[in-house]
Order: sequence, then C-alpha cells, then structure tokens
Amino acid sequence: MVYETMSQQELAFRAHGLTKTYGEGRSAVHALRGVDLEIGRGEIVVLLGPSGSGKSTLLNILGGLDKASAGEAWFEGHCLTSMTDRALTGYRRNHVGFVFQFYNLMPSLTARENVELVTEIAKHPMSPEDALHLVGLGARLDHFPAQLSGGEQQRVAIARAVAKQPDVLFCDEPTGALDSTTGRAVLRVLQDVNEKLGTTVLIITHAAATAAMADRVIHFADGAIRDVVLNDAPLSAEEIEW
Amino acid sequence: MVSPLHAKLFRDLWRIKGQALAIMLVIGIGVALQVMMSGFVASLTQTRDAYYERQQFAQVFAPVARAPERVARRLSDIRGVAVVETRISGSALIDIPSRDLPVSARILSLPAYGMRHLNEIRLTAGRRPESGKIHEIVLLDSFASAHDIVPGDQIHVTLNGAYRAFDVVGTAQSPEFIYYAAPGEMIPDDARFGVIWIGRPALAAALDLKGAFNEVLLTLLRGTDVDAVLDDVDRVLDPFGAPGAYGLADHPSNRFLSEEIAGLEISAKNVPPVFMLVAAFLLYIVTSRMIQSEREEIGLMKAFGYSDTEVSSHYLQLVVIIALGGAVFGCFLGVLLGRLTIPIYTTYYKLPFLLFRLELASFASGILTSVLVASLGGALALRRVFRMTPAEAMRPPSPPDYSKAGAFGTRLVRHLDQPTRMVLRRLVRQPWRMLGAVTGVAAGMALSLSMLIIYEGFDEALDRTFNVIDRSDASVSFVANAPSRTIFELQRLPGVTLAEPVRNVPVVLRSGRKSYSGAITGLAPDAQLFRALDADVEPISLPARGIVLSAPLADILDVSIGDEIVVDIRQGSQPTVVAPVSGIAESLMGSPAYMDLEALNRLLGEPMRISGAYVSINDGEQADVYSALKDMPMVAGVSLRIEAERAFQQIMDQGAGSSRFIMGFMAFAITFGIIYNVARVAQDERARDLASLRVMGFYHGETAFVLLGELAAVILVALPLGVGLGTALSHLIAAGFSTDLYQIPVVSAPNAYGTSISVVVVAALASGWIVQRDIGASDITLALKTRE
Repeated sequence: MVYETMSQQELAFRAHGLTKTYGEGRSAVHALRGVDLEIGRGEIVVLLGPSGSGKSTLLNILGGLDKASAGEAWFEGHCLTSMTDRALTGYRRNHVGFVFQFYNLMPSLTARENVELVTEIAKHPMSPEDALHLVGLGARLDHFPAQLSGGEQQRVAIARAVAKQPDVLFCDEPTGALDSTTGRAVLRVLQDVNEKLGTTVLIITHAAATAAMADRVIHFADGAIRDVVLNDAPLSAEEIEW
Repeated sequence: MVSPLHAKLFRDLWRIKGQALAIMLVIGIGVALQVMMSGFVASLTQTRDAYYERQQFAQVFAPVARAPERVARRLSDIRGVAVVETRISGSALIDIPSRDLPVSARILSLPAYGMRHLNEIRLTAGRRPESGKIHEIVLLDSFASAHDIVPGDQIHVTLNGAYRAFDVVGTAQSPEFIYYAAPGEMIPDDARFGVIWIGRPALAAALDLKGAFNEVLLTLLRGTDVDAVLDDVDRVLDPFGAPGAYGLADHPSNRFLSEEIAGLEISAKNVPPVFMLVAAFLLYIVTSRMIQSEREEIGLMKAFGYSDTEVSSHYLQLVVIIALGGAVFGCFLGVLLGRLTIPIYTTYYKLPFLLFRLELASFASGILTSVLVASLGGALALRRVFRMTPAEAMRPPSPPDYSKAGAFGTRLVRHLDQPTRMVLRRLVRQPWRMLGAVTGVAAGMALSLSMLIIYEGFDEALDRTFNVIDRSDASVSFVANAPSRTIFELQRLPGVTLAEPVRNVPVVLRSGRKSYSGAITGLAPDAQLFRALDADVEPISLPARGIVLSAPLADILDVSIGDEIVVDIRQGSQPTVVAPVSGIAESLMGSPAYMDLEALNRLLGEPMRISGAYVSINDGEQADVYSALKDMPMVAGVSLRIEAERAFQQIMDQGAGSSRFIMGFMAFAITFGIIYNVARVAQDERARDLASLRVMGFYHGETAFVLLGELAAVILVALPLGVGLGTALSHLIAAGFSTDLYQIPVVSAPNAYGTSISVVVVAALASGWIVQRDIGASDITLALKTRE
C-alpha cells in the first residue's frame, strides 16, 4: 500500500482497523468496517463515495465528533479513539476547523463576529479581518448572515474555520448548496489555505470532479476503502470541470 | 382508523411531553385554586346561610343595662321588626380543676317556655334543661370537648360573685359562636372561652333581673332598612342604659366569617387569571416554535389541499388537549385540596357541618377559561400558518435577521465576547418573548412573595402585640367597675411585681356622618405594661385632655391629629362630649381608642374607678397569684398573655405553615413552567447553533452559557421586578384585608424575600439543568447535517 512509504513525522492521521457500528444485533448498521489509512501533513484529500459508504463517519471520527466502535485513530501523536469527550472538545478547539454544507453561521453575529467567535478561544489565531480578506470578504465584515448570499455565507464559514490556523480542515460537502461559480470560488479558498498555511484539508463530496484538485483521493464503498488514488498533478480550483 | 393528522398530533404531544406537562401544571394550579377557593366560598356561604336560617339567627342585637320586659312591646312596634326576643346575658367564670385560673364564659338565658325563637342552639349531645331545674345547663360544644366535659358531668361556676355547681345536661353549637374568642382577644381558643345556656328564671334570679332583660334580639321583615331600625331601637332603649344596637353585619362572629368569605372571593377572582395568562404565553411560544419548525410540513399539507382551517385546527387541537388536560387535572387537584384543607376551617369556624362543595360552575368556568385562553395563545401563533403560501413554506427559511438587533450593539457590545453578544442580541431581537417570560416569572414570584410578606406581617403582629404593646403577664377584669385602690390589693399579692389600672368604657365615636361603636381604654399616664404606641413603636404620652385613636379608627372616622370628635359614652350617665384627637396609635388587633385614665373618669363623672388591671408576675409564682386571683370576688376574669400568644402562634403554625408551602410551590411551578418552556424552545430553535459551537470546540459549559445566558438574564430582570411587584401587592393585600377587627402590618420581611428568591432561582436552575443536560446528550453531527 502507498501510505507505508510515509514516515511518522509526515503523517497527520493514521487509522487502523477503524470500525463503527450503529445499533445492535440484526438491526446493526456497519458504517465503517475496519478501515486502515494514513494521511500526510499538508495534503488535500478528497473522500468520494455514495451515500452511506462511510466517508462522513470517518470524517466525524477523525474530526473528534464521534467515537469509533473499535480500532484506533491517531492525530499526530494523539490517540483520538481513547480520548474523553472533554479532550476531544479540546482537540477540536485547538487543531481542527470544520466547514459544513449548510454553513452553520451564528445568525446573531456579523461575519467578523462569527470569525471572532473562534479566534477568541483559539491559541494562535490570525486576525478575523485577515481571515475574511483571505476568503475575499474584506468588504462585508459587519454584515449579518441574513444579509449575505449562500456563497458568501460559506466563505465566512471557511474564514471562521481557518482563522484559528488549524492543523486540519474538515469540509463536509462544502459546495453542496452552491452554484458552480461560487463553488469554484470556495474550493479556491480551500486550496489557498492549504498552500499558504500548510493546512491538511479533508473534503467529502459527491462531485467527483473535485477530486482533480486533491493530492490523494480515497474512494469509499460499503464502509470500507475501495481504493486510494494519488494525484501527482492536482489542478487548481479554476481548472476543475464542474 | 386513525387519520394521519391525528397520529401526528399524538406523536407531537409525546415529543413535547415535558413542555406539555409543565404547561398543564401551570393551568392545573390555576384551575385548582379557582375550584378550591370558589368551593370554599360556596361551602362557607351556603353552610352559613342554611345554619343562620335553621337556627333563626337574629339580625339586630341590642344590649342594654336593664330594661323591664314590657319595653319589648315597644320594640315590636318598630316598623320592619318581625320578631323580638329578650334574653339575659352575663359573664361567668368556669372553674376547671386542671387549671390554675378559671375560664371566662358568657352565660345566656334560654327561654322558659318550649323552644326558643331566635338564636336557637343546636344540641350536639344530651338535652336542653328542663323547666324548673335551675341547676341544669347546656355547654358550648367546642369548650366542652376541649375539657372533656360530657353531659352528666358537673361544673363549678362563679356567677355574680357566687360559686355554684351546675349539671351539664347537653352540649350545643350556636350561630352566635361560629367564630369566637375570649374577651379582648381575636384568636379563638376553644379551651379558654366558654358559653353556658341556662333556663331564664335561673339566670334572672342569679343576676337579679327578674321581669327584666339586658339583651334583645330582633329579626326584620324582608327589605327593611337596618340602620333605621337600629336608630329606633336605640331611641327606645337609651333610657335603660344601652351602649347601642348593632346589626348582623357588626356581629363579631358573623363579621369574621364574612370577612373570610370576602377575602376568598377576592382571591378566587384574582389569583387564577395570573396562571391562565402565563399558560397562554407558554402555549403561544411552544406553538409558535412548532409551526416554525414544521413550516415545510405545513407547506406540504397545504400543497396537498388541506385548508388553512384544517391545518390550524390540527395545531389548535394540540393546544386544546394540553389546556383540557391541565384543566381536568386542576379540577381534580382543586377538589382534592379543597377536601383536604376544608377541615382547617372547622377548627376556627364552629359550623355544624362543612362539606367541600363541588361548584360545577367553577369546573365549567375553569375548563372553559383554560381552553379559551390557551386557544388564544395558540391562535396568535397560528396567524403565521395563514400567511404562508405552500411554496414559500416549503422553501428553507433564510437565517433570522439580526441586523436590526445588532445595530444597537456595535458600540455597546464592543467589550463583550461573542457568546455574550449572542445572548444579548437574542434578547433584543425577541423583546416580547423575553418581556413575557420576565413578566410571567415576576408575577408568579410576586404572588408568593406578597403572601409570604403577609405571613411575616402576622408574625410581626404577634411579636408587637404580645411583647411590645402588651408587656403584662395577665390582664384582670373586674365584675363591676371597682375603686382605683383595688389596684393596691392586686399589687400586694405575693408574686405580683407590678399592677396597672385600666378602664374600658363602651362608646360611640362620631365625626360628621361617620361613626364607630367601640370602647375607650383609659390607661395610667406612666403605664409600663400596656401602652399606646405610635407608628415608630414609641410610647405615646396620653394628654390630660384629648383622645388617642388607633390608625384604623382614625381612618374609619376620617380624622387626623387636631380634629375634634364627638364621644357618646354608653355607660353611667351616658354623657356626650367633644374631644380633640391628640395622637394616632399603631394597633394590630381591633380599633382601640386611648385616653388618660383620670381624664376618662372626669368625662364620666366617676373619679377613681377602674374596670380591670394589667399585672406582671414573678417567674415561678404564677400559680400562687392565680389562686389568689381566683379567690378575689371582684375578679370577673383573668386572661394570660402567654395563652393568647400561644393560641395566635398555633393558628400561624397550622394555617400559615401549609399556605407557605403552597405559595412556594406556586412560585416554583410558574417559574419552572416558564423557564423550562422558554429554554426548551430556545434549545430547539438553536439546536444547530449549539451543535456548531460544540463542533468548533466550545466546551459543554461554554455552550450551555449561550443557551442559558438569556434565561439567566430573564431571571435577573424578573427577580427585582418580582420583588417590587410582590412588595406592592403585599401593601394592596394588607390594605384590602385589614379591617377594624385586625390590621395586617407590612413589615420588612427578609425571610419572605429570601424564600421567594430562592424558590425562583432553584426552579430556574432545575429547568436549566434539565435542558442543558440534553446539549451533551444530543448528537452534534446530526444537527449539522439537517437544514433548519
């Protein structure tokens, strides 16, 4: 397998025999069936697969949002699968940024304040203004979510996720609710963050075309990794066929 | 076959069961209070009326010093008078072997012939005295049972100075003594006040009133003007030394009972609506939230062709089910509480029977009001259903617009962190909901706080009456007015450390058209044991001329210091004089008027006379003093301060104890109902926000702050508002319930404030805790996936 070539220092994540089962007995659903994987630091990884194939479950476990039923998952030197709830919260707080399909901005806070929400509790944050400039929203700092378009809201969400300068950025269908132009702009931002800050980026998507910008594409099926494809020449977001 | 909408209805109900139960509780308490209190009113009123009618309770009462029997004819000629009955009434002392002191009692004549016409006694055991048997008596039922006296027993009574044995042949109740207390006291104590009924010839002989009477009872024809009759009766009886006739309305027993009923009626009208309004508010926010989160379903139903009315009625049914559930629960609770607590009344009000009456009307009105009020709350929320077009409803809502709420904030909130800003902006964005919650919590708190303050007031009254105004150990009353030197005889008794004279004189005080029939208490100028005190609890020095009125009396007569009032003395030569009001005294029981003893005697033209004394006694020598007093022929009665205080304390402990609990529970229920529902709705509305915060790495506590911060703000605003409202309400209640019989002081009541604040805070913490528990339990990833 490919990942055996990477040294421990270069790894952001590694997982071994990762299993997640919902329910018990006959009604049990096996969301992950013993997944092994390694993800290098600073990579853009795209997870592809049909609904229910296990990619979101994997992302939730690696993001510290869910617990595995069996197996191990490590983030750098930390074993995620043996952490308490509180430790997982600390992990999300200090290392992880999330971007979701439905943005999940706080409607009662302006764009800047939504970013500040995170920078206030982060250890080495960038300034909220810088984060919003990074996503091209320097002119809309004091707008409330209700005053922003969908693409703008998603970009605020990305600014919020990157402002803490996380080690990892998890994106679950980040362009799912967006049109192609806006979608590309959003992917561009993710690519920028990856290039400028060296952030490891994991993207879940239904849009196979997105895979063209990834360093590594992981295909999921039936709760297991079907194959992993390395991409030596990732395209820039603008070049992606939508 | 259950229609899909009905299935949805029941599933919705099940889903919001916690909220539904909290609302049902609020409605239930409101309905229960209404059912209970209107049941009390009905029970007491109907029992009283039936009792009065069956026992032919008189409508006019006229005491007189001594009038020949023939005067009765002149009274029956008065226009409007139906029945006239004369009788003899006196005071007596009953010697109870187990007690150091004899018990004071009233002794009343029973007519010599057959059954009495008016104020008929109701035998509870034994029989009436047989005519000619002068040693046979009937004893007041409650007094007899307090001392385990049964028909067949013998008791010893001092009557007009003579010590005699009587055979108890029966025990009885009477409408005259439904509520009664020993003379000069207001709290009933079965053991310390007795009533004896005896054949008239025997009593006439003992009191030297053969062929005469000293009290007359009248009933009136329907529609007769009572005041006119009272005037006529006074005119007839004046020459025979009458202190003044009074109507049923002023009869002490009837007044206490009527005041109680009136107070209950006021509470029954005013307290339940508070609960109803709170419930309507809660149903409004719950329904609003439900409609908001189900807008897609509503759109779908509309798209399928369900009409607005059908959709609305679906939600309205939910509201009505909750309201009905609460109301039915309340009806049962009300009946249960009513049945459980009505026996308390029979300890104070000696009614022959008292059954909790189920007022079907209060059932109906309780249920109807709850359903109406709840529907109103629901209907307000349902307006939105009508406004939505199916297409609009099925589109996801855009994020709530905070740009207006945020505008206020930029400068103001600069120094606040983001979670605090979120809390503040939400408060500002939905000011009506927050105001509703604040008002509701404050109203619930005010209800309980005001009642708690009133109870503290009673405690204060107890302390002030028995430790500040009256510092004696016992008050002694004489059979007739005695010479002032009698005080030295008391003073000389071994064990008596101080004896101070008092003279009570019946009077009618007038100012303009206002009048009050009461008594003047003449006190020694340097009195130590029993004093007139001003509003600052400082002793008032009684001037050589002039009269000091208690505050309620000054109110009734509408006079203040410096005004002159007319004093109609109803004793001795019955002079009428004019006296200036020289001071206003605090009082908590009755409506006394005070004068300097010598000045009073001067007015009467009877120098050096006293009617009683206050004494203080050395610890350990009480028994000796009591037995010495027992042997003094001029002593008509001795009342011990400690016993009066104990009776008062007992009534406080019994009645107020349970009421305190109920008041605390009411405040708890309202606060819990509101906070729990507001928190649930807030949590539901913000599930995604809260999940996002958790995802971003906010700890549980930090997330809970965003949710519960606004509730904390509600409580923080509601507490001072509740304190203010409760204090104001306590003044209103105190003013409303204070009469010339007793006054309720509003005192600084740290305990009351402490209790009600704690209850609200505990209720808020409890509901907050239940809700925040769910933040941890909910699946944070699920909330992020679904669209609002």
